[in-house]
Amino acid sequence: MPRRRHEMVPDAEFRSYYGQPILKPPIWHEPHMPAYLYLGGMSGAASAMAAAARLAGHERLELAARTAAFAGGTVGAAFLVAELGRPMRFLNMMRVFKPTSPMSVGSWTLAAQGGLTSVAVGSAVTGVLPRVGDAATLASGLTGVAMATYTAVLLADTAVPAWHEALRELPFLFAGSALASAGAAVMLTTPRAQAGPARAAAVAGAVTEVVAGGLMERRLGLVGEPYRTGRAGRLMRASRALTLGGGLLATVAGRSRTLTALSGIAITAGALCTRFGVLEAGRASAKDPKYTVLPQRPPPPA
Amino acid sequence: MAEQRMGFFTDTTVCIGCKACEVACKEWNDVPDDGFVFRATSYDNTGALGASTWRHVAFVEQDGRWLMMSDVCKHCTHAACLDVCPTGALFRTEFDTVVVQSDVCNGCGYCVPACPYGVIDRREDDGRAWKCTLCYDRLRGGMEPACAKACPTKSIQFGPLDELRERARDRVERLHAEGVTEARLYGEDPDNGVGGTGAFFLLLDEPETYGLPPDPVVTTRDLPAMWRWAGGAALALAAGVAVCFAGRKP
Repeated sequence: MPRRRHEMVPDAEFRSYYGQPILKPPIWHEPHMPAYLYLGGMSGAASAMAAAARLAGHERLELAARTAAFAGGTVGAAFLVAELGRPMRFLNMMRVFKPTSPMSVGSWTLAAQGGLTSVAVGSAVTGVLPRVGDAATLASGLTGVAMATYTAVLLADTAVPAWHEALRELPFLFAGSALASAGAAVMLTTPRAQAGPARAAAVAGAVTEVVAGGLMERRLGLVGEPYRTGRAGRLMRASRALTLGGGLLATVAGRSRTLTALSGIAITAGALCTRFGVLEAGRASAKDPKYTVLPQRPPPPA
Repeated sequence: MAEQRMGFFTDTTVCIGCKACEVACKEWNDVPDDGFVFRATSYDNTGALGASTWRHVAFVEQDGRWLMMSDVCKHCTHAACLDVCPTGALFRTEFDTVVVQSDVCNGCGYCVPACPYGVIDRREDDGRAWKCTLCYDRLRGGMEPACAKACPTKSIQFGPLDELRERARDRVERLHAEGVTEARLYGEDPDNGVGGTGAFFLLLDEPETYGLPPDPVVTTRDLPAMWRWAGGAALALAAGVAVCFAGRKP
């Protein structure tokens, strides 16, 4: 029974099983996951700022950065635990250390970050063991830069096309977003006269975030489409407008409290839009089988 | 403990779509009901593999023929779900199969988007991730998996993987000789993106027609590159912060 029916279908035609997704879209909930991405990133970059402020002798800014790092890490961790299907088993994250699992590496990083920033804030608030608090602040600078970037690996290390293919740019997008977020948080909680480095961080972070996001969307081609369309597209465009606007305002935010507030809020909102937008783009790219099938097809014979 | 690598060879040319595999799997593994949905897409009422569907029979009605295929977890040589699991709940058994320990899984959900075949999923009322175990308990008892046992046409064949691969190659050769030139194996190649699957298939059309990815790659293959790029971004972040403080007097 010779059956060659498949050869009647043109090569370019894309087929699927009733249009159903091939992949399972990420099941992580909103706001838990994107809120954690924001808070964890903010905490990490704030720790790096606290460490730099310690070395440079910016005491008031250092206190604000220590506090932001502690708050972001703690609230972020609560979101992560709430996200688990079995929250009571969150300590199972500490059963093993697996370098092949970015979530395992991240859990240990978050645990270290939480511990160090708690010590740093506890010491600053109570005045107890100042040297230990200072050492914890310096050490949290190291866990901090890991906190701000490991989440990019967390997302890229999946089969989700819009995340996996973005493995080069996502770390810079997230690092920029984290720096902008921390700059905004510290700028909002430090007297203007002492907040200069925070404003500089907000500007540098905002520029990095916008540039990395733009490069990512351009390089990805077809797989980058979910970042430009639908709800994810709206979030990413809002993020760009808010981040650029907030970053521009940050350059002049030293002049008034109102400008500082406007800039800090715009940058924070922009960073949140980035995190929600990236999650949504990942979901959209997993749900449409064309993003799975077309990149995997061998190139047509010349 | 060193056992042979065991697997499935699912020959879709003899599948009759009876769903005995789905039922046997549910019964043996006590997999809960996942809803009775008429999907209006041929005779498929389970839709896709998931937390509570460990065998899924796909039905593709084409002009003049009807394709049926019982899909299952691929038990990859390089399994992304296992690689990314942060608790060690997912492990590789002595039969080289991939199994979730339900007493360890904390439902983080990372395995779900990591699987390049969209197999594993979280049961939302239970909070944990579930998938085919290749009937680990039956294998330990020297029995074959429930789906293969129940299959009335030997579409689902269970055995040592190297024997199955040989048998499958013979089967494809015979089909080609009979003029069924579209017959092809899917997943059995040890050089593919997942290092070969422990459960592989004989298909009569492109993989995507059955809802399978054409040429998937285990995501962790690129993990060293991911850590390198993230390391670069972390260094850039540290340098950026330093620059923000440079030359500014407190």
